[in-house]
Amino acid sequence: MVTGAMTVLAAGPALACGGLIAPNGAVNLVRTSTLAAYQDGVEHYVTSFEFAGAGTKFGSIIPLPGVPSRVIKGGDWTLQRLAIETQPEELPVPVALSDGETTAAQSAEVLIEKEIAALDVTVVRGGGDAIGKWAKGQGFNLPPDAPEVLDFYADRSPVFMAVSFDPKRAENQGIGSGDGIPVHLAIPTDNPWVPLRILGLGKQSDERIEADVYLLTDKAPAMLPNPIAEEGLELKQTGPASDLLLSDLRSDRGMSWLPSSDMWLTYLQVDSSAGSLSYDLAVDASGQGEPSEVDAGLARAGSVYVPDDGRAATALAWVLAAVAVVLVIKLANRTIRVSA
Amino acid sequence: MRLFLLGGAAALFALSSCTAGASEPPSRIVITIEHSRFEPSKLVVERGTTVTFVVRNRDPIDHELIIGDRAVQRHHEVGRDKHHHGEIPGEISVPAGAERTTTYTFSRPGTLLFGCHLPAHYAYGMRGVIEVD
Repeated sequence: MVTGAMTVLAAGPALACGGLIAPNGAVNLVRTSTLAAYQDGVEHYVTSFEFAGAGTKFGSIIPLPGVPSRVIKGGDWTLQRLAIETQPEELPVPVALSDGETTAAQSAEVLIEKEIAALDVTVVRGGGDAIGKWAKGQGFNLPPDAPEVLDFYADRSPVFMAVSFDPKRAENQGIGSGDGIPVHLAIPTDNPWVPLRILGLGKQSDERIEADVYLLTDKAPAMLPNPIAEEGLELKQTGPASDLLLSDLRSDRGMSWLPSSDMWLTYLQVDSSAGSLSYDLAVDASGQGEPSEVDAGLARAGSVYVPDDGRAATALAWVLAAVAVVLVIKLANRTIRVSA
Repeated sequence: MRLFLLGGAAALFALSSCTAGASEPPSRIVITIEHSRFEPSKLVVERGTTVTFVVRNRDPIDHELIIGDRAVQRHHEVGRDKHHHGEIPGEISVPAGAERTTTYTFSRPGTLLFGCHLPAHYAYGMRGVIEVD
């Protein structure tokens, strides 16, 4: 059975799908949209970076579920067509751009470098610390929450896509304010997930995060967190996708892999404070109805497994003991006293 | 001079012994920075104590340690001086992954603060309290 899933994450104005990392605090990115699609074990990310025209260099960093097998220019209307399907009032202007290759000196384990129009796309693998130092080495100032957020993702998948925007190249290529540059990544992975917590990178705890998430699957998807129960993640629409929508998407560049019929469209809306957006969206594409707690960021990779037999009590005792130790440490007064 | 740890868990923190008197070496306290948090974030120091702070930055981003009252913290929060090389006691920049030291004498009783004033760091929670008895 072919299992397919497509996820589109379209951020609202002044909201990026990835965490912004910008030198001198200058952020020209005004909108980023991302499509993450899943078919036959490959997740397709199509991300569009829209910006406010000339300005300083800026960038965005997006955690990935695995190492991409290819990085190409995204389709010209895929994101726009999905926006039309669900948000006809928001019609980003597509831009015809050319692909290209580039390299840049990197300090971490750089897996892929690709120049796409005015964007330098780099796929980097490493722990949170390594990724942070690499980004710092590229001249970007990471916000104070970056170390914790990068660790949050690196513990599950130490692969990140960093995208930096070159304003001079944009000017030379005639890319203007409001234009978007789509990027398409194909990522082999067991199950897709959509990074949501990264949206709050660098934001105050009470700042609002608003984003639209669209899923296209061959059946009604199982998601975690459950959008019905999770405050800040609302299920807005679910039902069969129209053949016209699928046909339009299939006709775009690099989208022919998409089935032409029998897909299920789900529309979710993120409306949360940055401080509360502590999770990602896990999608079970296996048909088992068991989205991963680890993929959702609700459990750490390698969490203690408690077997369902006689060893369970012993294992549970160890877990409780560990929790008790942690509580003792937490509750202890961490004051250091120095006296004469 | 004596050194007290409040709470058994405080033994987890790297902390050297100390001695007393103006002619004796200063106390030494290790402050670790991880995920843009100071650990420990509460200190109690007896008046007249000179403390050498060893600041270990385990983050991949730069930080700093600024010791002083609210006026000092406010000054650094709005100021443009973002590089502290140790000339001023209790003020030191700590690059990503680096360790730096600064020494400060607590001459008057009261409450002092310590924090990092790189953009958005103090608001994020990079602050601590020093009670001077």
